[in-house]
Amino acid sequence: MKAAKGITSRAHPLWLAYILHRLSGLALAVFLPLHFWVLAMAVTDPERLDGFLRLTESGVVKLAEFGLVFLLTVHMFGGLRLMALEWLPWSASQKTLAVGATTASFLIAVLFFMRAI
Amino acid sequence: MKELRLYMAQRITALIMAPFVIGHLAVMIYAIQGGLSAAEILGRTQGSVLWFLFYGTFVVVVSIHGAIGLRVAASEWAGVKGVALEVFMWAVGLCLFYLGAQAVWAVTFAAGVGP
Amino acid sequence: MALDVLKVTIERGPDAAAAQQSFDVPAYENQTVLDVVSWVQQNADPTLSYRFACRVGMCGSCAMMVNGVPRWTCRTHISKVLDGNAVTIGPLRNLPVIKDLAVDMDPFFDKWVEAEGVHHGALTRDDPIAPVDETTVERTTANTGIECINCSVCYAACDTVTANKDYLGPAALQRAWTLLNDAKDEGRASILDAVSGKGGCHTCHSMGSCTAYCPNDLDPMSAIAGLKRETARSFFRRGRS
Repeated sequence: MKAAKGITSRAHPLWLAYILHRLSGLALAVFLPLHFWVLAMAVTDPERLDGFLRLTESGVVKLAEFGLVFLLTVHMFGGLRLMALEWLPWSASQKTLAVGATTASFLIAVLFFMRAI
Repeated sequence: MKELRLYMAQRITALIMAPFVIGHLAVMIYAIQGGLSAAEILGRTQGSVLWFLFYGTFVVVVSIHGAIGLRVAASEWAGVKGVALEVFMWAVGLCLFYLGAQAVWAVTFAAGVGP
Repeated sequence: MALDVLKVTIERGPDAAAAQQSFDVPAYENQTVLDVVSWVQQNADPTLSYRFACRVGMCGSCAMMVNGVPRWTCRTHISKVLDGNAVTIGPLRNLPVIKDLAVDMDPFFDKWVEAEGVHHGALTRDDPIAPVDETTVERTTANTGIECINCSVCYAACDTVTANKDYLGPAALQRAWTLLNDAKDEGRASILDAVSGKGGCHTCHSMGSCTAYCPNDLDPMSAIAGLKRETARSFFRRGRS
């Protein structure tokens, strides 16, 4: 209905978190079959798989890969956020602290890992 | 009570997947150092029971999780209802599982490819 | 702010965009959105239909979409919502329009009952009045949700209600949650059943528009989360037994 067109009431963090979770989930669901199909080439057509893997060195594909890693991370943290929100009877500020701590420790761990290898 | 069962399945698969996703992210960051090749991937995974179990379980839970997630999106955003919605969910789940199982098999125990 | 005239657009009829009408309404120092609508009805077009009763934020009958946001119009000062000197007022979202700004609230109240948002008593008038301990966790939890005035602002704000016509909605589920925590209510099993079915609490995606826009600062989203927690707990219990 046209009346819904004007709804500006969505511009708040929880709604944005919801839409990010929905869209990243959909995107991952589209990507997964392609990912599986390409990997299955290891048996059916190894040269073609190598061709695909060589593609990963080009800039555009690198950007797309970054996008995928981003989607996966966002979907995972978004989902863990949702489960904490729903299942843990904590106060809102406790949850904010927990999310902050988890994100910070994950970032530190990733940085450490990247330096280490 | 189907709603409750789907909800629980979605949350339980999500909880199972969290460590798998972190593991997979770690492997990815590690694997892309110095480029990717089929030989490199196969060298890591071929014949390994551990990788087979890791990615095998991952594929099973992601198929369930993806099917339930797309079910909700199809119902809310595309208006799919009733039997069509159930068929859609099972089709997505089985399709993801079939393709995923093929991929896992291909990089671990498939016959005919030498490292 | 010295405005003389407000440009008021009112969406009339179900096909709102085609039936938009503009009115020039004199601006006053103290003026609510409901005052503006009343001025139009009394001075410009007596056929304009809208609903209100108490004018002090207790009865929950005057909610409308104001510039795309659901609000209780009797307690919303016009200066809070003006865009320049313009404002667009429409019927509440997610409910069938009867005429102009009056919507049919039946689906909203029917779902209230569907969610078992009714009293499940076990005592009769001959029993002594059961004492209620105000200090228990259950009672304080219930207290956070009982000031709902049934205005349907949360119902209009929720995109999940728009997407799924079976969804019971924030207000009805919050009522179920307060009853679940009410020492005088004996309907635990039937409430948990009602909110676990089609369109129950598991339909909610915690997008939080209900909590963001509740005019009484209630938190239906957390109430629904409470129902999810309780149903999950009973799911595991049933699995064990």
